Amino acid sequence: MKVKVLSRNPDDYVRETKYDIQRVPRNYDPTLNPFEVPREYTRAMNATKLERVLAKPFLASLDGHRDAVNCMAKHSTSLSTLLSGACDGEVKVWNLTKHNCVRTIQAHEGFVRGMVVRFCGTSFYSIGDDKTIKQWNMEAPGYGVEEEPINTILGKTVFTGLDHHQKNGTFATCGQTVDIWDEQRSTPIRSFSWGVESFSSVRFNPVETELLASCASDRSIVLYDMRESMPLKKVIMTMRSNTLSWNPMEAFYFTCANEDYNLYTYDMRYLEKPVTVHMDHVSAVLDVDYSPTGREFVSASFDKSIRIFPKENRNSREVYHTKRMQHVVCVKWSADNKYVMSGSDEMNIRLWKANAAEKLGVLSHREKLAANYNQKLKEKFQYHPKVKRIARHRHLPKHIFTEAKEHTVMREARRRKESNVRKHSKPGAVPMLSEREKHVVAVVK
Amino acid sequence: MASAEVALKHTHVEKKKKVSERYWQGSGEEKKDEAPGGSHVPGDQPAPLGSQTNQQTRASEKKKKYKAAERHGKKAITRKPDPFPGSAPVPEEKRLKFRRKMKIDQLPQHLTKLRRVVASSQAESEITEKESARHDQLLLQEDAGFLEGDEDEDTCTISQEDIADAVDITAGAKYFNLNLSQFGPYRLDYSKTGRQLLLGGRRGHVACLDWQTKQLLCEINVMETVNDVKWLHSEAMYAVAQKKWLYIYDSSGIELHCIRKFNDVLRMQFLPYHFLLATASATGFLQYLDVSVGKEVAAVGTKAGRLDVMCQNPQNAIIHLGHSNGTVTLWSPNQKEAIVKMLCHHGGVRSVAVDKTGTYMVTSGMDKKLKVFDLRSFKPFQSYFLPAGASSLALSHRGLLSAATGDIVQVYRDVWNTPVKKPYMAHKVHGAVWGLHFCPYEDVLGVGHGEGFTSMLVPGAGEPNFDGLDSNPYRSAKQRQEWEVKALLEKIQPELISLDPGKLSQVDYATFKQKHQDKVKVLGYDPLARDKFKPRMRKKGRSSTGGVIRRKNQVAHEDKREIIITTLKEKAESAKERKKNNNGQTSAVQRSALDRFKKRAAP
Repeated sequence: MKVKVLSRNPDDYVRETKYDIQRVPRNYDPTLNPFEVPREYTRAMNATKLERVLAKPFLASLDGHRDAVNCMAKHSTSLSTLLSGACDGEVKVWNLTKHNCVRTIQAHEGFVRGMVVRFCGTSFYSIGDDKTIKQWNMEAPGYGVEEEPINTILGKTVFTGLDHHQKNGTFATCGQTVDIWDEQRSTPIRSFSWGVESFSSVRFNPVETELLASCASDRSIVLYDMRESMPLKKVIMTMRSNTLSWNPMEAFYFTCANEDYNLYTYDMRYLEKPVTVHMDHVSAVLDVDYSPTGREFVSASFDKSIRIFPKENRNSREVYHTKRMQHVVCVKWSADNKYVMSGSDEMNIRLWKANAAEKLGVLSHREKLAANYNQKLKEKFQYHPKVKRIARHRHLPKHIFTEAKEHTVMREARRRKESNVRKHSKPGAVPMLSEREKHVVAVVK
Repeated sequence: MASAEVALKHTHVEKKKKVSERYWQGSGEEKKDEAPGGSHVPGDQPAPLGSQTNQQTRASEKKKKYKAAERHGKKAITRKPDPFPGSAPVPEEKRLKFRRKMKIDQLPQHLTKLRRVVASSQAESEITEKESARHDQLLLQEDAGFLEGDEDEDTCTISQEDIADAVDITAGAKYFNLNLSQFGPYRLDYSKTGRQLLLGGRRGHVACLDWQTKQLLCEINVMETVNDVKWLHSEAMYAVAQKKWLYIYDSSGIELHCIRKFNDVLRMQFLPYHFLLATASATGFLQYLDVSVGKEVAAVGTKAGRLDVMCQNPQNAIIHLGHSNGTVTLWSPNQKEAIVKMLCHHGGVRSVAVDKTGTYMVTSGMDKKLKVFDLRSFKPFQSYFLPAGASSLALSHRGLLSAATGDIVQVYRDVWNTPVKKPYMAHKVHGAVWGLHFCPYEDVLGVGHGEGFTSMLVPGAGEPNFDGLDSNPYRSAKQRQEWEVKALLEKIQPELISLDPGKLSQVDYATFKQKHQDKVKVLGYDPLARDKFKPRMRKKGRSSTGGVIRRKNQVAHEDKREIIITTLKEKAESAKERKKNNNGQTSAVQRSALDRFKKRAAP
């Protein structure tokens, strides 16, 4: 007779001393771990609920401006520094970690229209309604020394937008024309115009650094090459775009914030129709900024909310609002991809988390693992109706909620009318237009 | 002397000059063949493992590397290459155990994004499959038990005493008898980890003990008939089905709850992942109690009389009930009707058991038959005739079946694959068997009978390797607490109990029709239905009956218009075609004047 009966040595299964960690022998046999799908589903449900519970995006409000915040600029080398310009010509430099203002400059008379930090981070430019471009040192002057710009250029017309080249000492302004300036000279080295128009914003391409794009008041977006004397091409839309932002990773894409409540992502090479139309705002979109990863962007709107859109999605994944926040004029996504800053009409700058439920601070290894696992679970079960309902739910202020409802009704009515017109016209006379095709009037080269 | 010289020649001194041969270097002859060449390129050695082609590519890669190094003017450092490069291969049949689902390879080309997602997830699941198979191959600590007889020796003739003598002392101590003749016969239950044993005597004796250390945790007499006993999710609480009501006690014997909603309970099953206690009563009710919140989840009237045969499918938490008319019915808390009804026996069903994988069901009936059913197709696999008939059945983790016939407990091996001729083991206890239960993760079968309790050794019954995160027999109090919190957090809702628990992860291909029906149900009206034209009320006598009808008639043709347009188009096309065909025909055969009287063929 040969016999063996299971007989385990407890020493193999319990820890030796109380200072050791517990032993956990694993056996991955699926029959020993039944119900894996329902259990995962339950975990995903819990993770989704927890995410909504922990979604507390608002971090801080930076107050100190004495008029509405009109523009903001990120520091190019320091994560904790933010610059903001107000409608009374005041420029403030903020320390984001301490939530305080470190420097105040009375830079302009009238609005500060735009600001940009030089790529090296040692100085910054500001433009204002007083037709001046001023260059300021990033270092605050010593105690008792008056704030003086390093350089002041007096222009002929009012400037409305400003951006600096990524690598060398040139910058671009826009107003009645788009001007390219050399830092050493007091006159523009080049100025572009295409018909009579005025521009609201100009942006350098972050990768192809000689390219620029600008939004004009004649409802067009114009692309330029700095090396050429003529603009490249422009696309005319049904309504005016306020600002635009280049995707920093796939720099042939840019997104523009439009007056018709939508944002449009264009491929620079094919302007005939936008790649995506992002629609969720219920009022004009005033500013847009991409995340440094290029996967998402944040938009500020006149409807007193800011929204975060994934770059390829039609609808936003997140909406931020507070009772006190008024029309949001400018918005920036921080360079570490973690925060969003918004400046609004009621003189405050607000600091938000880019990912509302994210835990801040240093995470332990196990916390990181758990967060990753939960993220994956949420992804896996995101289309299940119960999970989806919880994940999508957002509280909206009443005015946004009702207006959004109104807009759906209006859109439906327009659709119905169009289909009626189509029904009673000659076949082919009223073509079916997709949402993407509707808003482009023409492309001019 | 000559012999001595010869011996001297073979001293170790001379031998040591030769490089000792390693087992992966193949036979000595090959070595000799290689030696005269003198140029020994590393990587050219015969590969003991892995496919030949793979090895060759590896070797060529290495050569390339060396060449590249030489080109750069560096001298290649020669060192012994790894004889077993890469990770150890995992055989396909080992990986099969961890394969979750079939591959999706037929996705339309235009769904590029989805294809990318599916491809990456498949690659990931392949890695996990491989890794778990490798873990299975290398890191499991224990091997399963076994019992083999000598030549001409049946294993069923080997007595328990012999086995207990032959094995080591701790394993031998697992064979023991408890003589409890006063309050018998006994029902029993092992906790999920297999450490605690719960005994319930018919005449009111309830005891729970750590059976390995023989330490008594509590012992009470409830002074009432005890029908069944069951551990709840941990060893801190257990349920006792008494004469009238269902009671919950804690491990020190304190009555925690008396649940009056559950009366005349005969059998109980605990669903550990759902925290549900399923009870079958003498009044024919199947009730589910959620023990985490203490609420009755569902009560199903089975309309099948007294329910005293019950078991659960551990893979999908479906309750199987055996009835006196020979049927076995399958139940979930979500349905008022049985999910499946199977006629299994002539005469009543005496006992039912389902195996760990949820594939096989074993039943025994009054017709003295023991049948094995396939639960995937609900078809019988095997049928055995037992002269005395089996009164109770139990299946172990590794698929051993124990059947009690009167006072004899028989254990069978592999009842589903091949027809079994004789039992694997047999043991006679004192008095009729009342309860049978295999201890999880141990080679032990607990038998409750009229004269008390017998713990039997059944080599090869228990799963040798437990999963520490699921049920760990050696867990500390802290680990148990942590497990309890985790288990409660991922408690599966009773709505998710269904025949196929993996359904939730599969794509739900709802047809348009289904979706539309659901929408109609939710909205209460049909959104696609065209509402009837209702003429607007007009004043100044313009809404007279005649006027309304006229206006209605103006619109009435709108609906027909589309239909008319399409039918006209079709007609025109068919006419054109006919004309074409006719043209062909007329050229072939001239139409005569009398053709017009011919009967037309049906179109």
